[in-house]
Amino acid sequence: MLPITSLFSATLETLGMVSISGGVACLIGIPWGIFLYLIRPKSLLPFPFFYRLLSMLVNIMRSIPFIILMITVIPLTRCLVGTSIGTAAAIVPLSLCAMPFIARIVETALSDIPPGLIEAAVAMGATSRQIVCKVLLPEALFSMIQGITLMLVNLVGYSAMAGAVGGGGLGDLAIRYGYQRFDTATMSMTIVIMIVIVQVIQWLGDRLANTLLKRR
Amino acid sequence: MITLDDINKSYILHNRSIPAIRSINLTVKPGEIFGVIGKSGAGKSTLIRCVNLLETPDSGRVLVDGKDLMRLDPTSLRAARRKIGMIFQHFNLLSSRTVYHNVALPLELAGHSKQSITNTIMPLLELTELLDKKNAYPSQLSGGQKQRVAIARALASQPTILLSDEATSALDPETTLSILQLLKNIRDTLNLTILLITHEMNVVKTICDRVALLEKGTLIETNTVGEFFIRPQTSTAKNFIASAVLQHLPDAIQRHLLKLPETNAHPVLRLWFRQGTATQPIISMLSLQFNVHVNILQANIEYVQNQVMGIMIIVVKGFDASIQSAIEYLKEHYVDAEVLGYAPDNIAV
Repeated sequence: MLPITSLFSATLETLGMVSISGGVACLIGIPWGIFLYLIRPKSLLPFPFFYRLLSMLVNIMRSIPFIILMITVIPLTRCLVGTSIGTAAAIVPLSLCAMPFIARIVETALSDIPPGLIEAAVAMGATSRQIVCKVLLPEALFSMIQGITLMLVNLVGYSAMAGAVGGGGLGDLAIRYGYQRFDTATMSMTIVIMIVIVQVIQWLGDRLANTLLKRR
Repeated sequence: MITLDDINKSYILHNRSIPAIRSINLTVKPGEIFGVIGKSGAGKSTLIRCVNLLETPDSGRVLVDGKDLMRLDPTSLRAARRKIGMIFQHFNLLSSRTVYHNVALPLELAGHSKQSITNTIMPLLELTELLDKKNAYPSQLSGGQKQRVAIARALASQPTILLSDEATSALDPETTLSILQLLKNIRDTLNLTILLITHEMNVVKTICDRVALLEKGTLIETNTVGEFFIRPQTSTAKNFIASAVLQHLPDAIQRHLLKLPETNAHPVLRLWFRQGTATQPIISMLSLQFNVHVNILQANIEYVQNQVMGIMIIVVKGFDASIQSAIEYLKEHYVDAEVLGYAPDNIAV
């Protein structure tokens, strides 16, 4: 079996990939989702043509299998991080994969808010910006947190896949040691660690969402 | 003060234009509680939404406190909307905010300081009896409490006008009454002008000064509530009033009612007793003078804005000629008789 320090650093790499790509995906995906919601037909700033375009982009990005996406974006990855191998390089396709997912989650969460609330805010003289910040986002926070939790769990799985092409992290260990060298102990350990990571993410997400819910 | 001047609004559905409201002319005087009543689909919601331009009319003018809202730029329109409070059937409170912060929202949007927000809304929470609930979330409140939060919120930016969109339609009768009392109380203490829409005649009867009847997108009757009750002009108005004053005819009778006279069928009349006649023994006069038998199915006397009015549903049995002269007699005595149908002999009336 591998020394425990390699397992430890691989775990850190996985956590790093998941959190950084999750963060980048949120940074771009959340505004994207808000924008999608706003330009929907009959929404606050309707722009149906542009909506269909952006919505189609979400669908296209979500339909590309992750392993293919990873290879397709290698030129972009080289351009952004200077290499196509390693943990930092894996962050690019991981973020790209999670972004449209987040955008759709945010759009759906926002569109679940009763239209009466928006009507009430308009009647109070709120600007579109105020409606988004003071009404829509706080009201949608609960389902957004649940969606982001889902996305982070998915990212743990995808980050392991990134290991297959030299992305580092637990997936890399599992493939190189566990699979190719028949090192069952390493394989089992990586799987156990992945299970623990997923459990912790889900537990944190549920806890956060429930605190919000309990307040209501 | 609200003036709607020749307002039209249509919706496009399947490439066809469907008029929602047509040539609406309406003036709500300062300090007045004005009710617009109509069945569902009559265009009430569209009408009230035109007042703060939640719906933009296709043509016409909307004047609120002298300002022509349709000519305002977006910023001035938002400022004007702050002076028009609105409450809704389903309250539309933010579930993520406490009572206090829901009421504070309009002031936050207007950029008031925390201190001035507290100073403004504490008296409102007191007025709406919500002080002990100020840290509760909407999900912890009853329907009546939620509507009181919505009222406090609507009053937070110190509006001159309050729009009420079926505010009591989701509430039980007792709560409805307390909310209506609150609205009346607010009008009296804050000198607000209230425009409300409803499908319940009881709401109009309880708090309105004037009422307009909306049918298929047009206002077919506008009057003071007292006059509206005593001299309804249209059959829709009469039905609304009857619904507020009487229960509907029992199903067993309604089902067997014939539309046209037949032999062995007796006319069922709805009588409207106006000012003065409600207190006279007119029914017994009918029996004595015209030799007809009068069977009272339902009856009620109401006091609306100090006017007395009575409604009665009767079956008259006797010779056709005597029945005709009996109806003539009623008309002479200012009792309006409406034939609802004819009851066959074989049903128990």
